[in-house]
Amino acid sequence: MLTIKNLQAKVEEKDILKGLDLEIKPGEIHAIMGPNGAGKSTLGNVLSGREGYEVTGGDVSFDGKDILDMDTEERAREGLFLAFQYPVEIPGVSNLEFLKASVDSVREHRGEEPMDSVTFLKLAREKCKAVNLDQNFLKRGVNEGFSGGEKKRNEIMQMMLLEPKLCILDETDSGLDIDALQVVAEGVNSQRDPNRSFIVVTHYQRLLDYIVPDYVHVLADGKIVKSGGKELALELEEKGYGWLENGGQ
Amino acid sequence: MGAINFNEQAIAFADAAEKANFLSGLQQTGLAQFKTLPFPTRKTEDWKYTSLFALTKQDYNQAVQSADVAGLNGLYDVEGLGANRIVFVNGVYQAQASNLDAQAGVLVETFLNASADLQADIAKQVGTIAETGRNLFTALNNAQVNDGVFIKLEKNVQLEKPIQIVHVTTAQQKSATAFARCFIELGQHANATVIEQFVSTDETQNVLLNQTTEASVGDGAKLNHYRLNSEHESSLHFGGVYVDLNRDSQFESYQVLLGGQIKRLDVLVNHNVGGSHCEMKGVYLPKHDQHVDIHTYIEHKAAHCTTNEVYRGIMADQSKAVFNGRIHILPDAQKTLAELSNKNLLLSDKAQINTKPELEIYADDVRCAHGATVAQLNETAKFYLRSRGISAQEADIMLSFGFINELLESIPLDALRTKMRPLMAEQFSSNRELTKHLLDSDVSEVAASGETA
Ligand SMILES: Nc1ncnc2c1ncn2[C@@H]1O[C@H](COP(=O)(O)OP(=O)(O)OP(=O)(O)O)[C@@H](O)[C@H]1O
Ligand SMILES: [Mg+2]
Repeated sequence: MLTIKNLQAKVEEKDILKGLDLEIKPGEIHAIMGPNGAGKSTLGNVLSGREGYEVTGGDVSFDGKDILDMDTEERAREGLFLAFQYPVEIPGVSNLEFLKASVDSVREHRGEEPMDSVTFLKLAREKCKAVNLDQNFLKRGVNEGFSGGEKKRNEIMQMMLLEPKLCILDETDSGLDIDALQVVAEGVNSQRDPNRSFIVVTHYQRLLDYIVPDYVHVLADGKIVKSGGKELALELEEKGYGWLENGGQ
Repeated sequence: MGAINFNEQAIAFADAAEKANFLSGLQQTGLAQFKTLPFPTRKTEDWKYTSLFALTKQDYNQAVQSADVAGLNGLYDVEGLGANRIVFVNGVYQAQASNLDAQAGVLVETFLNASADLQADIAKQVGTIAETGRNLFTALNNAQVNDGVFIKLEKNVQLEKPIQIVHVTTAQQKSATAFARCFIELGQHANATVIEQFVSTDETQNVLLNQTTEASVGDGAKLNHYRLNSEHESSLHFGGVYVDLNRDSQFESYQVLLGGQIKRLDVLVNHNVGGSHCEMKGVYLPKHDQHVDIHTYIEHKAAHCTTNEVYRGIMADQSKAVFNGRIHILPDAQKTLAELSNKNLLLSDKAQINTKPELEIYADDVRCAHGATVAQLNETAKFYLRSRGISAQEADIMLSFGFINELLESIPLDALRTKMRPLMAEQFSSNRELTKHLLDSDVSEVAASGETA
């Protein structure tokens, strides 16, 4: 699904990713943990092709395609989805118009018929319900005045509508109370599929009780410094990251 | 040719044109004032950033009437608005295109159709609010005043249907001028919605429209005022809006100015007595080589008055805009609350905005704030949209639209909002593929209404 080899990237002349390797197979869930400023969000931004994030070395192959030369929207249409750590507010554009535009562009790329408005509305309402967001959120401006938790649930709703192949969830659990966390986790779990993979970036082990990962990686100083099974998350929560800097033993 | 030419021409023209006799007093003082005012140059206060050079290159004639007035209906019809409508084409009233329902306590009449008694009343009022001392085009409007609309609501009357005043211009062989006027008088606790709409046929216009509106809003009364300009980009428009607010009255205004070769709007609001409120929102969207210039003057002359003024503009291509918003708080205007915000987006390196919010305060117990920003489209927001598969081009259009729509969403008249939407979206791209998601009526309607269940 995704193969990252020796990925190096810089932002504003500062090297952030310093030779990152990661291999994700279809259907797998990989958790990435790591200290603040390690480069976790940078990885998501680089994979999504955000301007200003310059790749200085390495390769990324997604579903057999080299994506580093693709535009952000092309990657999204190919099935890459990034749930933002800080979703953006866009007042004046309704959530519904935004969602329809996204779904249409992704469907068109896949060679599918555009969805008629009635079918789309029905689907959008359904997904709203699935993440426990009031239907009113559909007509409000994109994320406009949403609480932190509502924004995160909106991200998950978008993911459900777009049916991507690879979902990168950047701290989707941060700032959620336990009920909202469960809603988000259920949303993610409902999308689990042998052909869909997830990268779950989190600081907290508690999310991984609900979304059980196949692998846990530690990203520190721009590299994956340790990988393990789900028990690694427990160990990290207990010991912090300090012990890893000395070789991880 | 030269700058003098326009003034000389206009004067000769004013002398020659056939005009309503009962307004001769105003015509004469207007002309006298016009003669003393210099033709604006870059050195003229209030005209620093707007060149009128284009006007000096033309010979002006009286506009020639359009043959097919009925065929113009599609330009201004607003579905579902259910308004009383008064239509002028090139400054001339069109009875067949207009329709007015009678309502007790409401008087709506064109100047030339008014009875002699009413004309005497009109002559007494028109010109009493508009300030001509500094505005050449208002002086010219006085000099040329002929036909117009007179609206009067008796006290406590709530206007049932909005009044829609339409000004259409049609393409002219020879460059031409057209003039129009409006006077609104709201009695105590009256309430009215007046929509002034400026449209044109979709062809090179060659017309300069000069229109002035005056309103006197009585104690506790409320005027909801719309001014919607969507003429062809070759049009020339010089507009003036002058409002007197009496005790505890309200003026709520929306102005939409799509581009034109030159479009200038002056708005003067006087808080005369106390306790009045002015809520003014405006958007301007020039593109190509268009030029829009908005000057607002809010005069706080009395205590306990509030002003909230919000203008947003998006400049594309080589277009230019000028926003000058002045709030003047005189010594008696204690407890004033005044806010002015002007935000601008520049879509290209060649586009320009000159923005100048001015607060001039001579009272000590007031709360005032003003701010102006100039920015490009938000890159993070654009990335967000693109990361959902939306093309960079469509993302730009959505963000521009959202920036403007945020203001327009608060328009209380659904029918007008629905009418404005496509005009706005088309402003950012004529490619229907790129605007379809903003104009998908099923989706937008649900988004705008409450029906999501
Ligand atoms: N747009 C940017 N401009 C400048 N510096 C940036 C930018 N984006 C990231 N950085 C820097 O890159 C480094 C990595 O940041 P990143 O956001 O990837 O960390 P993170 O692992 O996601 O941290 P957190 O756990 O706090 O979310 C930080 O030093 C950050 O300041
Ligand atoms: Mg981060």
